[in-house]
Amino acid sequence: MRFVCLGFFDEAKFEGLEPAKAQAIMEECLAYDAELRRGGHFAGGDALQSPRESVALELKDGQVAVTNGPYAETKEQIGGILMLEARDLNHAIALMSKHPGIQFGHWELRAVNEEMNAMIAERTAAQDSPNQS
Amino acid sequence: MSSDEVHETDVEHLIARVYERDARRIFATLVRLLGDFDLAEDALHEAFAAAVTEWPRQVPANPRAWLVSTGRFKAIDALRRRSRFDANLQRLARRIDAAPDDDREIDERQLQDDQLRLIFTCCHPALPPETQVALTLREVCGLKTEEVAAAYLTTAATIAQRIVRGKAKIRDAGIPFAVPGDDELPQRLDAVLAVVYLVFNEGYSASSGASAVRVDLSSEAIRLGRLLVQLLSDAEVQGLLALMLLHESRRTARTDAAGDLVLLEDQDRAQWDQRLIDEGRALVQQAFASGRVGAYALQAAISAVHAEAQQFAQTDWARIVSYYDLLLVATPSPVVELNRAVAVAMRDGPAAGLALVEEILERGELLGYHLAHAARADFCRRLGRVEAARAAYERALELAKQEPERRFLAKRLQELAAELP
Repeated sequence: MRFVCLGFFDEAKFEGLEPAKAQAIMEECLAYDAELRRGGHFAGGDALQSPRESVALELKDGQVAVTNGPYAETKEQIGGILMLEARDLNHAIALMSKHPGIQFGHWELRAVNEEMNAMIAERTAAQDSPNQS
Repeated sequence: MSSDEVHETDVEHLIARVYERDARRIFATLVRLLGDFDLAEDALHEAFAAAVTEWPRQVPANPRAWLVSTGRFKAIDALRRRSRFDANLQRLARRIDAAPDDDREIDERQLQDDQLRLIFTCCHPALPPETQVALTLREVCGLKTEEVAAAYLTTAATIAQRIVRGKAKIRDAGIPFAVPGDDELPQRLDAVLAVVYLVFNEGYSASSGASAVRVDLSSEAIRLGRLLVQLLSDAEVQGLLALMLLHESRRTARTDAAGDLVLLEDQDRAQWDQRLIDEGRALVQQAFASGRVGAYALQAAISAVHAEAQQFAQTDWARIVSYYDLLLVATPSPVVELNRAVAVAMRDGPAAGLALVEEILERGELLGYHLAHAARADFCRRLGRVEAARAAYERALELAKQEPERRFLAKRLQELAAELP
């Protein structure tokens, strides 16, 4: 099963850390990512820029409105995402419990929606195939 | 002719007995084999329906294995019939069909393992607590949705929704049908024991409003406790069952005819159920023999000391204090400290208890907890400090919410007023 792991972090907490300490935890995170990769569990991931740089799009009175991110006032923000390959939820929990990123905030584990993905894949395949008519 | 009829009645009895004793165990195994709660539930009923028509001809050598095997084939059949329209179901039917046919291997051990898997799945920490409770009662205990709803004084629709959402989460979030590994077992077992204790307390505290249709949650919790003791040898599992049995032994003595709470001190000990007490005490001894007791076993041990005293005055308070000392190490909390203070007061006198309670309150803890003020009031009263006692009873009365407790505190205040000059 594939899980998308949303890594939440508290920016204030992160900025309050000694630079050397923060750097050390980052190194631990990278080392653990490498370990996940070796085990075939790391299926991709991205670190994200600060939520201050985020842009939110929403529909207001039929028009797309651009704002600076609706949830900027909440304490914890998504700092990165990690695609995890695991047997089941217990396995995913076991793997991500050891991820040092948890020291900055918390992880949210979401299984991917296989049914929806299968449907999307079918449609994509149909669009890509040569026109039968 | 008549001998055939007798034979058929025998088979019906046999099926009823197997259903009563083994239906939930067979269900657990079907969940493992089919990987789906609803499919397993349908398969279970199909299998028993098939037994009614086929067993009168020949009763299988191993009825449980026959039911598991039949249930599995019925599920594959049903999936095949439906799967003409759905490729996903076709895949599912093939997967189940391809699974090793180990039905003949279905023995006691296998059934027990599957039941344990079912319990850990229903009590998975990724599920909300109220869903854990509803799923456990429905799937492990086999209560009907209406029965769970009646026990929690809510509607069947609410419970049905919790169960449906719980099953959907088990499927979609990838919660496995598995017993956790040794490294996570202690933590996960805590969650299971918390569910069982929650069910017990709900039944125990709501006993006054019981009606005929209401399933007795306390006995369901005790049944779950017995099941867990059978499946896992663990001191805390034994401790929890002991604790529930010892509480249960006082059920009739703890309320009077008017439905008011009777304090341990004033209970008629002849009404205590000696059979439950003996069983509870034996379990406490087993738990302590393992040398790794936790909070449940310690609370059970304290309850057992009370159970051993023929009269309140004979209570061995020194032993109770020593168990509270251990309990404070296992689960440090101001409430445990308060209970320990009451036990110390019984052993060493009210002045010693008062000093401990005042220390807790001076730290700023339990200031809003009525029992802390009630304990302080009681100690002051016994020390003859009438004015301080009155102030503390008044504070306790302000904070107490339950009617019987308020009546008790108000009565004490009246008695004090009579002592005032």
